[in-house]
Amino acid sequence: MKVRVLYFASVREKVGRQAEELELPAGVATIAGLRSHLRSRGGAWAEALADTKLLRTAVNQDMVSPAAAIGAGDEVAFFPPVTGG
Amino acid sequence: MKIAVQADDFDVGVEIKNISKNSKIGAVAVFVGLVRDVAMTLEHYPGMTERAIGRIVDEAGTRWQVMDCTVIHRYGALRPNDQIVLVAVAGAHRGDAFAACEFIMDYLKTQAPFWKKEQTPGGARWVEAKAEDDKAAESWR
Repeated sequence: MKVRVLYFASVREKVGRQAEELELPAGVATIAGLRSHLRSRGGAWAEALADTKLLRTAVNQDMVSPAAAIGAGDEVAFFPPVTGG
Repeated sequence: MKIAVQADDFDVGVEIKNISKNSKIGAVAVFVGLVRDVAMTLEHYPGMTERAIGRIVDEAGTRWQVMDCTVIHRYGALRPNDQIVLVAVAGAHRGDAFAACEFIMDYLKTQAPFWKKEQTPGGARWVEAKAEDDKAAESWR
């Protein structure tokens, strides 16, 4: 199953990537699973996605919790807590 | 209702005039956020930003009598004293307009995907989210 993954702000800078199309390995079906999968790339990936307190996620542009399911074609985003206003 | 996420500045007077055209409106509560002290760059998540603000405004409409609402949030490079955000809420009376305006700002702070990067003398740094902003949003539950 293929998803589109976006990175914003400090997360984007740390991993050095803004967006990617990703073929998920079998068994990865939640935000938490995707995070572990990305962290297994090591280095900056392991670090940038390490602290769940400093990480927010969205699926199809809705903020969700780590337990949220992801499906084929979804747009998933990782970013730090927001600081607008 | 108007929601705009834009790089350009906005004119508060024009926005208030545009929101006050219905003769049933007796109050417009306005909040304007400004850049304090240091220049910054604001990043956002195009698409989700408008969607998140729309949802917050809808939620305000279920709690208070909101007759019209304008939210404008800027992104890109901003300098001290620049306007960042406008929330204007129109209602029949001030009570609902004040409350809805504060609610929208408190929720926007924790739910709308914007990130500030300050240009300090020591270099650029991402602004960290404040626990008090989470508390302010939670106080409405």
